Amino acid sequence: MENPKANITSTAAGQHEKKDGAGGPIILFFILGLAASLVVGWVFVPETFYYTKEQPIDFSHAVHNELVDNGCQSCHFFRADGSYSGSPRLAQCIECHQEANSDDPNEIRFVEEYVKKGREVPWLVYSRQPACVFFSHAAHVKMAAIDCVTCHGPIGESDSLRPYMKMDDCAECHAQAKVSAGSVQTQKDGCLVCHH
Amino acid sequence: MDQHNGSNKKFGMVIDLDKCTGCGACMVACMAENNVPVREDETNKMLSLHWMRVYRLTNGKPFPQSEECFLPRPCQHCEGHHGHSPCVSVCPATATDYDMHTGIVSQIPTRCFGCRYCMAACPYHVRQFNWWDPVWPDGMERMLNPNVSVRMRGIVEKCSFCYHRYQIAKDKAYAEGRRELQEGEYQTACTQACPAGAILFGDLNNPKHAVARIAQPDPAREGKSRNPNAFRLLERLGTNPKIYYLSTREWVRKAGDTEVRKPEKA
Repeated sequence: MENPKANITSTAAGQHEKKDGAGGPIILFFILGLAASLVVGWVFVPETFYYTKEQPIDFSHAVHNELVDNGCQSCHFFRADGSYSGSPRLAQCIECHQEANSDDPNEIRFVEEYVKKGREVPWLVYSRQPACVFFSHAAHVKMAAIDCVTCHGPIGESDSLRPYMKMDDCAECHAQAKVSAGSVQTQKDGCLVCHH
Repeated sequence: MDQHNGSNKKFGMVIDLDKCTGCGACMVACMAENNVPVREDETNKMLSLHWMRVYRLTNGKPFPQSEECFLPRPCQHCEGHHGHSPCVSVCPATATDYDMHTGIVSQIPTRCFGCRYCMAACPYHVRQFNWWDPVWPDGMERMLNPNVSVRMRGIVEKCSFCYHRYQIAKDKAYAEGRRELQEGEYQTACTQACPAGAILFGDLNNPKHAVARIAQPDPAREGKSRNPNAFRLLERLGTNPKIYYLSTREWVRKAGDTEVRKPEKA
């Protein structure tokens, strides 16, 4: 059986559209409004969530990497127990920076404010992990022979730092390499590999 | 291709109940090692958290024949059939998992949302629920183990066989260019704390390790021990746990395999 009600509605709508000539401007206005909202949402709103912080000293990896003999491991090294030293402490910096070696204002400020006062530099370490994450540099660098550059980017040649690494970056590589497919639940890496 | 090198391990324990004096050093060491929270009032033991708990068994006989036995109970790390232990099968959040490479039943606090299906499924009551956020007495937060994350309220936690110690031991081995660990390099906190030496820990798949020599698991019978003095808790359930208990006393061995007895007919 036909549905008379649907017929009536469609005819009425058709007549209504013919009478009203304002459809074009309304659609245009709607599209402009939508575009403006998207620009605000994508460009300006994230600005309010994130903020930037300056490092206490504008450290240049590029300058240092040229002067040291042993590449990254000159300052970032493994301890005898296999743990990783991470960011160097002041004691390491002092080995070269007892006095200012140049007239660079950053270095002079570093010597004045930190070396002479014996204060540790409060570096903002973006790569610091939350308490529930275990990351082993030994497993990646010593055993899997992955270059520093693979995860950290060409940081040794740059004057800026890669902001942070997300879990997806870890998971992508682990999935491709099938690092340790021991999980009964997922048939892939278990959460236990990095989290506990 | 699985890049996991070396043979699969199956970490387990042998606990000699004839040596255990019930001193509770394992419980203390475990709580300190794993940042297990305590409450101001711990009188209600139903609400307190213990990854390792020492139970007292009695043979139920009157004085001259009465005997006691203490039974330390960590997570039994059941393998079940091919890693489908009771808790792993029911977890809807993939927060608990069985790792085929180590035989460890893991519990990831940040994935757990506290439904407690696993607590209902576990026949050993090893799983503990955080009813409150942990509050440490003043200054005690500085004693927390930095290698173990502190759990929040509303989630389940349990023994991990001190997995962080395994990771740290592996780091050292990697730095020395080794993949395999020595038996003594990875030991749990409770094992090291036991003054009677009642707890042994190691790889059940490695015949050189003490646990494998003593427990003598029979792969054809789901790991049932060939040692006549060894038993596992509630073995008949088919949970295939990796904690083996030793006792020369028959009533103790029977107590570890209780069944629901039918009431005797009048």
